[in-house]
Amino acid sequence: MLLSRIETLGRMTLGFIQRLGRGNLFLLQVLASMAGLVLRPALLIRQLYSVGVQTLIIIIVAGLFVGMVMGLQSYYALVDFGAEDSVSVMVVLSLLRELGPVVTALLFAGRAGSALTAEIGLMKATEQLSGMEMMAVNPIERVVAPRFLAGVISMPLLAAIFSAVGVVGAYLVAVQLLGLDSGAFWSQAQAKVDLIDDLGNGMIKALVFGFIVAWIAVFEGYDCIPTSEGLGQATTRTVVHSSLAILGMDFVLTALMFGK
Amino acid sequence: MNSRALELLVGLFVAAGIAALFMLAMTVSNLASYGNGDGYEIRARFDNIGGLKVRSPVAASGVRIGRVTAIDYDQGDYVAVVTMVIEPRYNKFSIDTSASVLTSGLLGEQYVGLEPGAEDDYLKNGSKIDITQSALVLEQIIGQFLYSKSDEKN
Repeated sequence: MLLSRIETLGRMTLGFIQRLGRGNLFLLQVLASMAGLVLRPALLIRQLYSVGVQTLIIIIVAGLFVGMVMGLQSYYALVDFGAEDSVSVMVVLSLLRELGPVVTALLFAGRAGSALTAEIGLMKATEQLSGMEMMAVNPIERVVAPRFLAGVISMPLLAAIFSAVGVVGAYLVAVQLLGLDSGAFWSQAQAKVDLIDDLGNGMIKALVFGFIVAWIAVFEGYDCIPTSEGLGQATTRTVVHSSLAILGMDFVLTALMFGK
Repeated sequence: MNSRALELLVGLFVAAGIAALFMLAMTVSNLASYGNGDGYEIRARFDNIGGLKVRSPVAASGVRIGRVTAIDYDQGDYVAVVTMVIEPRYNKFSIDTSASVLTSGLLGEQYVGLEPGAEDDYLKNGSKIDITQSALVLEQIIGQFLYSKSDEKN
């Protein structure tokens, strides 16, 4: 009884390490086959459409409301101290440093990552990937690499759009609704927000998150058990693992970038 | 969907992303203060700079005219050496200009304030400001206040 428990534990640990290794080898394969994309940009553009453009609506709506809520909340918190002019600093810094990259990546994992896993997994389940191999087409180069690269490219763009829309949302609430001075709103932000330290580091975060989400999504799809149940599990795993990886990585990156 | 419409939408998406980055850089970040790296460099020595940082503003009469580019510690004289770059169009500060570390508002950030003097020669690249006033450190002020109070009692 006890022995079998220990056996199970050992098997799970070994399985985890094996999967980790497989994931890394898979990533190397994907990166190695990236060069072939130069010859076929149409593949990448199609994936940019389904990964980036179709995620745009949810990002814009979420960004607008996050910005508006942040504007409202920080106004109520700061007005007690007579510091309501700092609303823009608070909103812009939170958006650029944390909320923009993190919330975008979480939404991206839910909207685009799960779709990538399901698509690639279904191709595997219906043996389309094997079919490609039969025709001497490398499925990693043809199917996986464009999706991966589209994810990596889309994330920083989406995060930038999220932050920009969020700032506009905060402007609408703080200036149009609550009557703050428009000049103070922008000049306070310009005085306190640094181009490289804040905007640049936020974009680096977004790029890293895009890399992680795209990697997890295509690997889970490519590695899934080719049954309807296995496909469902793989899609769930994509969202759960991506979200956890994003939040954990965010702490590490924040400590590295802003921990001076 | 045909491939032309697809390419158009993807192009719009990428353009929107870059436009968003551009908008953030222009409207809410300090991009404007990056470009003017040129100007003339002057040095000032302070006993205590308080919370002054690299890239802190340099102002005269409250108008921003440059920024702090380096802060060093001189071990020979035990003073802080603050290097600042002043925009080239503000080139008429006399050599007896005084510099002080000031605070904007009660708890705001610290900056270097320049107060022009009366000499006819002007500060130029590499000049040194001799008359300086250190930052006010709250603990020292409170300490002095307490001492003067206890002196009054005796």
